[in-house]
Amino acid sequence: MAEVEKIKVENLYFWYAGQPYPDKEKAALKGITLPVYEKKVTALIGPSGCGKTTLLRSFNRMHDLYPGNKYEGKILLDGENILTDDYDLIKLRTKVGMVFQKPTPFPMSIFDNVAYGLKLRGIKDKSVLAEKVEKALKQAALWEEVKDRLNQPATGLSGGQQQRLVIARALAVEPEVLLFDEPTSALDPISTAKIEELVVQLRDSVTIIIVTHNMQQAARVSDYTAFMYLGKLIEFDKTDIIFTAPKEKLTEDYITGKFG
Amino acid sequence: MKKIRRLPLSDIFFGIISFSASFLVLTLIFSTIFVLYDESSLAIHRFGIINFILTEDWNPVKEIFGAAAPLYGTLVTTVLSLLFAIPVALGIAIFLSEVSPHLLKTPVGIAIEMLAAIPSIIYGMWGLFTLAPIMADYIEPALQNTLGQIPIIGKLFEGTPQGIDLFTASVVLSIMIIPFIASIARDSLNLTPNLMKESAYALGATKWDVVKDVMIPYAKLGIYGGIVLALGRALGETMAVAFVLGNRHEISASLFDAAATITVTLANEFTEADSDVYLSSLFYLALILFVMSFIILAVAKFFLLRAERGYSR
Repeated sequence: MAEVEKIKVENLYFWYAGQPYPDKEKAALKGITLPVYEKKVTALIGPSGCGKTTLLRSFNRMHDLYPGNKYEGKILLDGENILTDDYDLIKLRTKVGMVFQKPTPFPMSIFDNVAYGLKLRGIKDKSVLAEKVEKALKQAALWEEVKDRLNQPATGLSGGQQQRLVIARALAVEPEVLLFDEPTSALDPISTAKIEELVVQLRDSVTIIIVTHNMQQAARVSDYTAFMYLGKLIEFDKTDIIFTAPKEKLTEDYITGKFG
Repeated sequence: MKKIRRLPLSDIFFGIISFSASFLVLTLIFSTIFVLYDESSLAIHRFGIINFILTEDWNPVKEIFGAAAPLYGTLVTTVLSLLFAIPVALGIAIFLSEVSPHLLKTPVGIAIEMLAAIPSIIYGMWGLFTLAPIMADYIEPALQNTLGQIPIIGKLFEGTPQGIDLFTASVVLSIMIIPFIASIARDSLNLTPNLMKESAYALGATKWDVVKDVMIPYAKLGIYGGIVLALGRALGETMAVAFVLGNRHEISASLFDAAATITVTLANEFTEADSDVYLSSLFYLALILFVMSFIILAVAKFFLLRAERGYSR
């Protein structure tokens, strides 16, 4: 089956503010080259500080919120480099959604949370909003649990429900790519299982990149896995190959728990 | 004999000192209330509560006293100063917390807090010698020529602009309370978790969207608390207002007329109070101010406490 490259990372270097730009040896990301295939789940794994979250946050240019961060290299989204200065960040973040480590419901109702991204895009028609909110909540497997209390504050939901709400909020604007930054690190095992199930289902409609500390999780949900270490991409392959027959010694040591 | 575990003597000593220090505070509050009540009992007896509050007359010769005029002045200057100060202060707070370049944050923040450190009498002098003439010569005539022409609202801007009036006093007050609202609002806005802001940015929100939809709702209670604290400050402020208000015991619709507030009346008239009722009436005014401030501060504390609990969740 021929895979379509949705995103192509080419020789990407990244320096946080304060890191000695342009010293490539001391960058947070050191020459990453990586394909991300359309409508597949790509997992980024590696020990703490290996740069996986840094890489993830480059895909929607979250780093631009803080002054002094610098990129070098290219990230091509549908063939277009998103790292240029004049690339429209609002447009980028519409295409590339993100779910964070902890649930972050806004201080508003369940409905308004999910409708938030739509309203930002100027959708005001109540029936359109209602329809899209329902669709997103169904996609996030939360509809049945909240359909009777859409107007209640989102902070009243449980942690797992909040995280699915946040996923629904990201899905509502119909992104092409969805970034997950350790989405289950703050959740109990049952909620974690629900989120993982969801990630697998969502693969049919969006391209997913997920950062996880949990190797079993990467094995369960992803089609492709990238192993990173000290800012470098060590190995990228189909998930079952990474977990059964890695080519690099370092990868093998990591997935067998010899370090990390 | 069994040995009894005892606190070391120094601890007992320390305990007594700290207990008496905090007890002193309570004693002070209650004795203040008692003294105010006791001294004003004559006036309370003579004029009643409702009657005193609603009477506009303040006539030492006939010994008829009413709190309506200074109460009105207090309320108008307070409300107006909040109206002027809130938008500016929130603008400053938003700028400092989310918009300002990193390098500017500290100097501007310190400058704002320095504003709060200026003694109020200096604001009063500035108001009298600098602001009042500007008001009388330029701003007030300009307002009369524009807003003053509108049928009903025009009543607010009637009369000869003197510069010594409710309007100028409110402007001076508003400058004084801006730092309070601004610094508390900034601190509250800064408490918004980064992850929360990032989530909104990740959905394609602009800076303004994030401020309006995430940070302000998040900081709402803290901002209310700051506003109420500023309100308390505006109610009690004396010197800055005394210079530019004129101490005139009459209620008039125009903001360009001299007026009185409770505090200004107290500051000006104690030395002139030649009869018992006069003196007692002044104490009565003080009692009313005390009760008002007390209630307002209690409300502010309530909001701030709820805000803190909200954040720690």
